[in-house]
Amino acid sequence: MSVLVYAETENGVFRKNAFEVASYASKLAASMGTEAIALAVNADTPESLGTYGIGKVLNVSETKLNPFNARATASMLKQATSETGATVVVTSSSTDAKYMASLLAGMLKAGFVNNVVSLPEGMNPMVVKRTAFSNKGFAFTELKGEPAIIGVSNNAFGTVENQVTAEVQDFAPRLSDADFGVTSVSVDRVTDKVTIADAEIVVSGGRGLKGPENWGMIEELADVLGAATACSKPVSDLGWRPHSEHVGQTGKPVASNLYMAIGISGAIQHLAGVNASKTKVVINTDPEAPFFKAADYGVVGDAFEVVPELIEKLKEFKAENG
Amino acid sequence: MKILVCISNVPDTTSKINFTQDLTAFDTTGVQFVINPNDEFGLTRAMWFKEKQGATVHVATVGSTSVEPTIRKALAIGADEGIRIDAEPEDGLFVARQLAEVVKNGGYDLVIAGRESIDYNGGMVPGMMAAMLDMNFVNTCISLEIDGNKATAIREIDGGKETLETTLPLIIGGQKGLVEESDLRIPNMRGIMMARQKKLTVVPPVEGAEGTRDIRFERPAPKGPVKLVDPGNLDELIELLHKEAKVI
Ligand SMILES: Cc1cc2nc3c(=O)[nH]c(=O)nc-3n(C[C@H](O)[C@H](O)[C@H](O)COP(=O)(O)OP(=O)(O)OC[C@H]3O[C@@H](n4cnc5c(N)ncnc54)[C@H](O)[C@@H]3O)c2cc1C
Ligand SMILES: Nc1ncnc2c1ncn2[C@@H]1O[C@H](COP(=O)(O)O)[C@@H](O)[C@H]1O
Repeated sequence: MSVLVYAETENGVFRKNAFEVASYASKLAASMGTEAIALAVNADTPESLGTYGIGKVLNVSETKLNPFNARATASMLKQATSETGATVVVTSSSTDAKYMASLLAGMLKAGFVNNVVSLPEGMNPMVVKRTAFSNKGFAFTELKGEPAIIGVSNNAFGTVENQVTAEVQDFAPRLSDADFGVTSVSVDRVTDKVTIADAEIVVSGGRGLKGPENWGMIEELADVLGAATACSKPVSDLGWRPHSEHVGQTGKPVASNLYMAIGISGAIQHLAGVNASKTKVVINTDPEAPFFKAADYGVVGDAFEVVPELIEKLKEFKAENG
Repeated sequence: MKILVCISNVPDTTSKINFTQDLTAFDTTGVQFVINPNDEFGLTRAMWFKEKQGATVHVATVGSTSVEPTIRKALAIGADEGIRIDAEPEDGLFVARQLAEVVKNGGYDLVIAGRESIDYNGGMVPGMMAAMLDMNFVNTCISLEIDGNKATAIREIDGGKETLETTLPLIIGGQKGLVEESDLRIPNMRGIMMARQKKLTVVPPVEGAEGTRDIRFERPAPKGPVKLVDPGNLDELIELLHKEAKVI
């Protein structure tokens, strides 16, 4: 028995969600009276997972796994599951992890739940709480059989430090040609910015901003806050911003600690995708905009006046508070 | 080329979500059901393959008779044949098993499913199906071109996109981007009339285990009123975000 956790890396460096799922897995393992084992690919500092309570790391050195390959990663996790006797496999809810985990679940004929927001409420049977209906509700889902696969929602559990010494072992997966039936030709990614999936803060702009030329202040605000930028659906449909920034029910889900909606009305489909964020701020000229009903803090005002001033004030705040 | 589009029957995006009094089930009273938006993008791309590359397009849904209007809508949009697997779609693993059987028996080259159903947000059926059938799989697919046996796909990744090459038979989990928003089709009268004549086969389910079961639902906690900050006093907003919400 053990809990196996997939700790994602990008070019050797752990993604932020790796520490979150490591924290989740070590808490879960402790409650089950067993150990949490992490599997990482080409990690530069595998031992750093010890900070989050991981006592053992299986580190795979395999150049073919860079860039990420979902099927090969799933095959590798399948082997690690059987070799470690894992009864639970924990992953994040990143785009790559969801892609991989659905394949793993099919290979293992295992129960799989995504978007899990807390530790299981019961273990026998295992029942987890997850978001459903695009954040319009929660489901309590029973996982049948072993192993069970749990995809932890971004920022839902947070990182919990619990320093132990991580023993690092090499792990050599047996990968077949079929595992590489889908191959990467090119990756087109912004590397100097936080992604929506990893961000603790997301600054989002809507049609109220009038045109792409006005996004400078949104980017500057995001810079000051160390945030990712996002947008409403019409903004990406109009080509003002790339599709990868579109958030909402049919776009990327957002589950950040802070979500700032600027010039966004708050249509039901938009809210459905961003409501999992803990704190929401809206800046809108129209006090009747539906977003005010979903937000924690609001400013009724013109974004073209409010945002530049907010940037200045935040810079002062940062200077004072480090 | 033979294409199967897997269609999930979901509440319209504007639906209010309610649960039954004992909170054990989704209350469908008064809810309008539609083709899952992610599948609608996929179906539209399938229509393009039909019109430009001579593909045959079938659609399949796991569900009771109540899903037939949604299948008819897909036929009205232009799919050639419908298949309904007569079982309640209660769990992803079970649904994937049912669809995998249809794919195997139908000899499809390309299976187009969606990234996720917008109701239960499982995000698992296409990947599970691919693993069961040992077919190539691309998720969060935003572009797909087929040339003979070769496929070029683009998938969305966190912070950007990735171009991939693979071969048929292939399964994709599609989403917005696969076609332009403006390419989505509303069935016209002729399509609706023709759909009535098209074949809709009902097949019994095969044996398949369940991986999960939703035992209870909960509504999100009600929200308190918004705290309004005067645009002339943004220091207060910063103070609230720092001291009260503790997010900056
Ligand atoms: C099937 C379906 C799926 C959908 N999925 C999504 C989705 O995933 N994500 C999504 O976002 N939408 C989605 N939509 C679209 C959604 O219904 C709305 O149309 C969209 O969210 C509106 O975007 P918006 O708020 O940017 O624009 P608008 O509704 O036009 O709102 C602009 C807002 O800006 C305010 N404003 C104007 N000027 C200023 C100013 N100077 N300063 C401050 N505020 C200003 C206005 O008061 C207004 O509230 C979907 C729709 C459908 C039918
Ligand atoms: N009951 C169903 N019948 C047919 N296809 C389905 C069904 N449920 C899910 N799918 C397909 O699988 C995709 C992902 O669904 P899910 O895993 O439920 O989020 C959907 O977009 C559909 O293409």
